[in-house]
Amino acid sequence: MRYLPKSDSERQEMLAACGIATAEELYAHLPAEAKLNRELNLAPGISEYEIIDFFQARADDTAQGYASFLGAGVYRHYRPVLCDTIVSRGEFLTSYTPYQAEIAQGTLTAIFEFQTMICQLTGMDVANASMYDGSTAVPEAAMMAVRVTGRAKVLVSRVVHPEYREVLTTYARHQGMPVEEFGYHAETGQLDLEDLEAKLDRETAAVIIQSPNFFGIIENVRAAADLAHKHGALLIFVFAEAASLGILAPPTDADIVAGELQSFAISPSFGGPYAGIIAAKEKFLRQLPGRLVSQSVDTNGNRAFCLTLSTREQHIRREKATSNICTNQALIALMATVYMTVYGKEGLRELAAQNLSKAHYLSSKIKPRFTGPFFNEFVADAPGPPEDVNQKLLGKKIIGGLALNRFYPELGNATLLCATEMSRRANMDIVAEAYVQ
Amino acid sequence: MSTYPEHFLYTKEHEWVNAAGDIATVGITHHAQHELGDIVYVDLPKIGTHVEQGKTLGSVESVKAVSDIYSPLTGEVTEINETLASAPEKLNEDPHGEAWLVKIRMSAADEIKKLLSAADYQTYVGAES
Amino acid sequence: MIRKVRPHIVQNEALLFEESSPGKSGYQLPTLDVPSVDPHLALGSGNVRDEIEGFPEVSEVEAIRHFTRLSTWNYAIDLGLYPLGSCTMKYNPRVNELVARLEGLAWAHPYQPESLSQGAMQVIADLESALLEITGMDAITLQPAAGAHGELTGILLVRAYLESQGNPRKRILVPDSAHGTNPATASMAGYSVQNIKSNEKGMMDVEQLAGLLERDDAHDIAALMVTNPSTLGIFEEDIAKVAGILHAKGAMLYMDGANMNALVGLTRPGDFGVDVMHLNLHKTFSTPHGGGGPGSGPVAIKKHLEPFLPVPVLKKVSGAWHFDYDRPQSIGRVRAFYGNFGVLVRALAYILAHGGPGLRNATVDALMNANYIRRKLEPHYDLPYSSPSMHEVVFSDDRQSAHGVKTGDLAKRLIDYGFHPYTVSFPTIVHGAIMIEPTETESKRELDLFIDAMISIAKEIDTDPKSVLQAPYSTRTTRVDEVMAARRPIVRWKPDRSSSQAAD
Repeated sequence: MRYLPKSDSERQEMLAACGIATAEELYAHLPAEAKLNRELNLAPGISEYEIIDFFQARADDTAQGYASFLGAGVYRHYRPVLCDTIVSRGEFLTSYTPYQAEIAQGTLTAIFEFQTMICQLTGMDVANASMYDGSTAVPEAAMMAVRVTGRAKVLVSRVVHPEYREVLTTYARHQGMPVEEFGYHAETGQLDLEDLEAKLDRETAAVIIQSPNFFGIIENVRAAADLAHKHGALLIFVFAEAASLGILAPPTDADIVAGELQSFAISPSFGGPYAGIIAAKEKFLRQLPGRLVSQSVDTNGNRAFCLTLSTREQHIRREKATSNICTNQALIALMATVYMTVYGKEGLRELAAQNLSKAHYLSSKIKPRFTGPFFNEFVADAPGPPEDVNQKLLGKKIIGGLALNRFYPELGNATLLCATEMSRRANMDIVAEAYVQ
Repeated sequence: MSTYPEHFLYTKEHEWVNAAGDIATVGITHHAQHELGDIVYVDLPKIGTHVEQGKTLGSVESVKAVSDIYSPLTGEVTEINETLASAPEKLNEDPHGEAWLVKIRMSAADEIKKLLSAADYQTYVGAES
Repeated sequence: MIRKVRPHIVQNEALLFEESSPGKSGYQLPTLDVPSVDPHLALGSGNVRDEIEGFPEVSEVEAIRHFTRLSTWNYAIDLGLYPLGSCTMKYNPRVNELVARLEGLAWAHPYQPESLSQGAMQVIADLESALLEITGMDAITLQPAAGAHGELTGILLVRAYLESQGNPRKRILVPDSAHGTNPATASMAGYSVQNIKSNEKGMMDVEQLAGLLERDDAHDIAALMVTNPSTLGIFEEDIAKVAGILHAKGAMLYMDGANMNALVGLTRPGDFGVDVMHLNLHKTFSTPHGGGGPGSGPVAIKKHLEPFLPVPVLKKVSGAWHFDYDRPQSIGRVRAFYGNFGVLVRALAYILAHGGPGLRNATVDALMNANYIRRKLEPHYDLPYSSPSMHEVVFSDDRQSAHGVKTGDLAKRLIDYGFHPYTVSFPTIVHGAIMIEPTETESKRELDLFIDAMISIAKEIDTDPKSVLQAPYSTRTTRVDEVMAARRPIVRWKPDRSSSQAAD
């Protein structure tokens, strides 16, 4: 087998060196009742060509060559070729977690740059080396706020991504962390500040908001932060569309930022792997979960990087760790790092500006349901059941917007439409037409 | 070889106590800082915290390990050594002096009687090492 | 004598921010085919940011050189053996990278119509079915993003089941040799942790365990989290008995599947009494570590836990795949969408390449490699447990520390010989642990080079211990000051901060 680099004669030599005659003796000591006395019921191994064929058939059975207006937490952005070039290098792809700093300076340096860029983008002082994704970064941020404030409850906006809220609920249930939701304005699509204020109290550890929110609407972050702080709670700012940070004001009023970086060169890949981040104000550094890289020096005084503050983590603190996270999303974060480098300061802004223009072209033809300002996504009512308009669009090889009634039944036939720099005017015209009836 | 101040009292968990009136200054001993290696962070309780003899009052961290500090006495924390936040290395350099950890207003003064004298502590660590 | 490496010059490279210059860029966007919109008008001026201060501004050339140079400072599986215990650093087949990037799979949006996602859903179904055959369990979720995430999911399933029986219970038992994620996870799931000692064979002390389960408060015990083989590489010979003891008191057996590379094709956790377990696809199933992730931590379970699985669950309806959300007893989601799909593709490709008998052959080679190393190093290193080793072996540094050289220093000296260190100081029940797992994808030649290196180092320590104490000597960076990094962490670049010496 091509991945097993030993010849039969080498195996014989090694068995002889071990003082045994057959390979079976290596596992003869397994308890009889545990031994599997048959081969695994799986087809025999296949060639590389057949493997490619197998997956090509699966790929062919999954949409290819469609234009798409789906966003809702996973965004279609162009992936610069350099991203794959770099992450495909064996020294990055096949390397281990950088615990041995002397032979992992490549990974450590890249993570340090990543941490820096996340701080620059979000306006925070410190950032970790990634979480699994945006959805799990949210409960981790909530747990951080609980540790910091010593309070138990969190308030979350109903226009934070529904699946992020579900994950928060799952984690919170066993942490003794009550989670309460506050609503949104039916007219603007923004979070309801009055409802938030009514629910804030001395027991609230954090207020969690997302901007742009799930409807694509931009929130009044300062107002929410002021309210939270007035009551001694922290403000956790969540983002699902990282590209928005190219043009939107960074959430400097927030205490903790939890976000999803999928927009930065990470393929939609049917839901994962993605890369989440947690960033925060300086004073919360020791409460951050996940890995952290610090600059330091080696014995010759040269700048060198290493993992730090490991005492927060599971391998030392065990049951008192800030989180149980071990493996995170390093390679995905590297993809995002290369993306951010390729676009750079001007590029991210221009990219965001293009997204804005594309979505606003679409909204000039399909009236948004909400009046609040938006970035590259907005809610529009379909002329009838969303399945009908989407079926029509599929016939034109276009995947339409997300029907929102699955998460917000009160919104009836509303759909969530997303246009990015990859959306073509001609396709937007087709969608607009389909929405007119 | 380091001397353990005669007028201090000690615990088997390697804390020292310097009592004056009803206020006891508490720290960790030279033996403790030596075992821990380079200290990178000290986690101290807030002022006003009630602490109990034998229960954790904070922790000390080296790069690869965390060690709990056990309170030698019961009482209320009246002062903490703020300088350790920015200079935890003081705990390695001067554990019996500049790097005191907390001051406690004792609520059960006769707990002092259970602590070890310098000579007894010296024997104890001599035996341990 | 160092045979695997020779000094070589390696490029220096500064940080991106230090190489940036205003106006340089590595991108070009297509011309807009719609009218350009003024952000201040569309968003409101208060919502528009100033420039992203300090963000990189470099050309494509500088970008590729930057990251390429950085990559040359890393060790990797593609360069040589990682003898890291319980990490299973095996070869990452490159065809897996190709298939994960096929357009239909790579660009699939998790919310696109199910009718257009049948291929992707079939991949999930295929992997689920293969992993169930491998583990001998009844049902599985591929949602968790990594091992620790899988552990949390598994323990939440235990909790949900026990709750449905009337009492979630309070404690989880964890062997003293367990990986740190185990107790951390138990805590996150709201349980307190109690340690079980290991015995002189390097296995769990079954008498202590049985004793705990006899006490009045035995009904407080929700589960035991065991790694099998243990982190010592030793198969728990009484595992079926342990399962029986737990089950008799309504407690469950959780297996941490990190060491599954010793078992695939030889034995199945489902057959020896495990109720719930997680797998690490980035270990046993060859998906790349990528410098620290992504991973994937599927959780396989016995029937009684099935109603509680995270939503959604894949099922066939009228001949087509469908995500079922109608699961009233589910623990909920543990992450958005369906799992690290890209990682699942790679794991399935690995399984297809080997096939049934092939997977068993791989396991046997893994055992052979570990035992070969054990035999060759036994004369030179102290072996604390004489029980048979499976896919990994743990030595202690007792002989070497007598000369003042500890496992950490030894590991650093191994770097000079061209290898990544083994796992240092874990499991903690072995004093000065040297934990070695070669995996099956190492050639005899590579193993011999490793063995020679370890023997050579043992001799260096015998004759001149001081010579290894400040290793590594031949790396681009010598030992990094971790104390300073912990005392005064610098976790981001800042323009005003003066950087160190030019050599970067």
